Amino acid sequence: MLEKASHDSLFRPLEKGRLKKEEIRRPGVSQAKESFRRVLKNKLAVTGAIILLLILFFAIFGPRMVPYSYSDQSLASGNLSPDGKHWFGTDDLGRDMWARTWYGARISLTIGVAAALIDLVVGLLVGGISGYMAGRGKLGDRIDNGLMRIVEILYSIPYLLVVILLLVVMKPGLWTIVIALSITGWVSMARVVRGQILQIKQQEFVAAAQKLGTPHGAIILKHLFPNMLGIIIVNLTFTIPNAIFAEAFLSFIGLGVQAPIASWGTMANDALGVILSGQWWRLFFPGFMISLTMFAFNVFGDGLQDALDPHQAKD
Amino acid sequence: MKFILKRLLTMLLTIWVITTLTFVIMHTIPGDPFSSDSDVLPEEVLNNMRAKFNLDKPLPFQYLLYLKNLASFDLGPSIESETRNVNTLIAEGLPVSALLGFQALVIALVFGLILGIIASLFHNRTIDYAAMTIAILGISVPSFILAPLMIKVFAVQWGMLPVASWGTWKHTILPSVALAAGPLAIIARFTRSSMLEVLKQNYMKTADAKGLGAAGIVVKHGIRNAIIPVVSFMGPLVAHLLTGTFVIEKIFAIPGLGKYFVDSIFNRDYPVILGTTIFFSVVLIVTLFLIDLSYRLIDPRIKLSSRGD
Repeated sequence: MLEKASHDSLFRPLEKGRLKKEEIRRPGVSQAKESFRRVLKNKLAVTGAIILLLILFFAIFGPRMVPYSYSDQSLASGNLSPDGKHWFGTDDLGRDMWARTWYGARISLTIGVAAALIDLVVGLLVGGISGYMAGRGKLGDRIDNGLMRIVEILYSIPYLLVVILLLVVMKPGLWTIVIALSITGWVSMARVVRGQILQIKQQEFVAAAQKLGTPHGAIILKHLFPNMLGIIIVNLTFTIPNAIFAEAFLSFIGLGVQAPIASWGTMANDALGVILSGQWWRLFFPGFMISLTMFAFNVFGDGLQDALDPHQAKD
Repeated sequence: MKFILKRLLTMLLTIWVITTLTFVIMHTIPGDPFSSDSDVLPEEVLNNMRAKFNLDKPLPFQYLLYLKNLASFDLGPSIESETRNVNTLIAEGLPVSALLGFQALVIALVFGLILGIIASLFHNRTIDYAAMTIAILGISVPSFILAPLMIKVFAVQWGMLPVASWGTWKHTILPSVALAAGPLAIIARFTRSSMLEVLKQNYMKTADAKGLGAAGIVVKHGIRNAIIPVVSFMGPLVAHLLTGTFVIEKIFAIPGLGKYFVDSIFNRDYPVILGTTIFFSVVLIVTLFLIDLSYRLIDPRIKLSSRGD
């Protein structure tokens, strides 16, 4: 028997009838709210998010802050280093680098987000169907196998080859790049989604829902989808920078958006010839912006991953 | 054995799909290798040239002929270069690109692993933060930004290394490092997080308890278990190095394979486009296959299965 006296000070018997039985007394915290709170606590994730918001802000308002457009040429004021008039300097055609840099941000962000969204939708559909049908009779397995064969083949084609070939067939431009990037890009999302579904499908609550006669649609929407959301969002934060990177890369080898449209990749490519003659600002600003965006997305994604992963919550 | 056979069949199928796709896409592009010469040369000459490369034959015939030659590893003539065929182009460019890629791979693996392991052993200490800062910088700065910066600093300002071009071993240093930086950072991060996971395991405590020294624990029990995620990254890594060489070879004016590939697209040099595409795909596919095989060597618990998951 425990000593009674030592516990009296800590515990007191509950008066009967003071509390209702099984009453929920604390406000419920939804998973989303809890995750959001954890993201806010993660300094790196917040830093990344703030940088991204700043880049977004300047992408929208930056070009309007100066009286030059991204395509205005003026040979008289070519190759100027940054000063009070041209904050980021000018290029060899006298185009204002500030306007071009932020206009390029629009192009890069649009391509990144659009390509990532297409990847998401196609990847969810293919991965979802594949994962859900697996183990559901002969037909189900066949569908799963067929889809996974396609994914496997696409996965082992170097994406750049497909992209380059497509860019040659279609007219170079913003949407061509988006399409070219998504044609191979959805594969990794599909793999992730399928893996997740296979895993979640095995769990008791799905089996319970099935036994209770919940229709397929409801199981997918209410049980499978919410449980994958974290991983999908994290995957998105890595897909977007990859697409931005790929665009910069394509523009850099001359297959990206065409002049006079600026993107960070084309600007860096243009600067390559003059880097040795000391015009550092030509490479620095687009290069710095690409790096900063990559950094912000990666840091934000990492933070998000930690925050959404319940196993790591206590670390 | 059954697994290996099945995989080999899938690989052949993949290569066939790639060949067919490339062939179809290539021929839907308006124009042909000679359409840019049409104002310089008379039509009869152009038609003769087309006939020489079988371009006047119906497409299905050209396609079957190509497949037939491909089966005997003959990638056909180059239209642009009169003296060399695609096989010789690859034979000339490959050693250059392969050396570059191999050096980058070694740099990325060695330094990535070291950085990741050190970071994990000093978890949440200054060394860890420093290593991870380097890693995240490596991921953030694209190779085509890093390379010009390195040229500027090491070649122009300090004059330690040649600016560009190819020849001596000194020429290979800057391009290899520029190519390796991104993969190095990713490997370091993978290694760190999987080492952290492994260090928590009970068998690590057992190894410690039975008196195995710190080095022994890390090498024998730690790295071997932590390396699986790193190995599975090797596939994307090789793909990354392949595509990375395009840009690096352009920046450093290196006569490798990537240059031929990009040039061939702009020249509509059909056999070179097909040949280099197939070659790159084969390299990637074979790498993916070898990686799958190596899992088993590293971790005998992993069973080979033909399913893709």
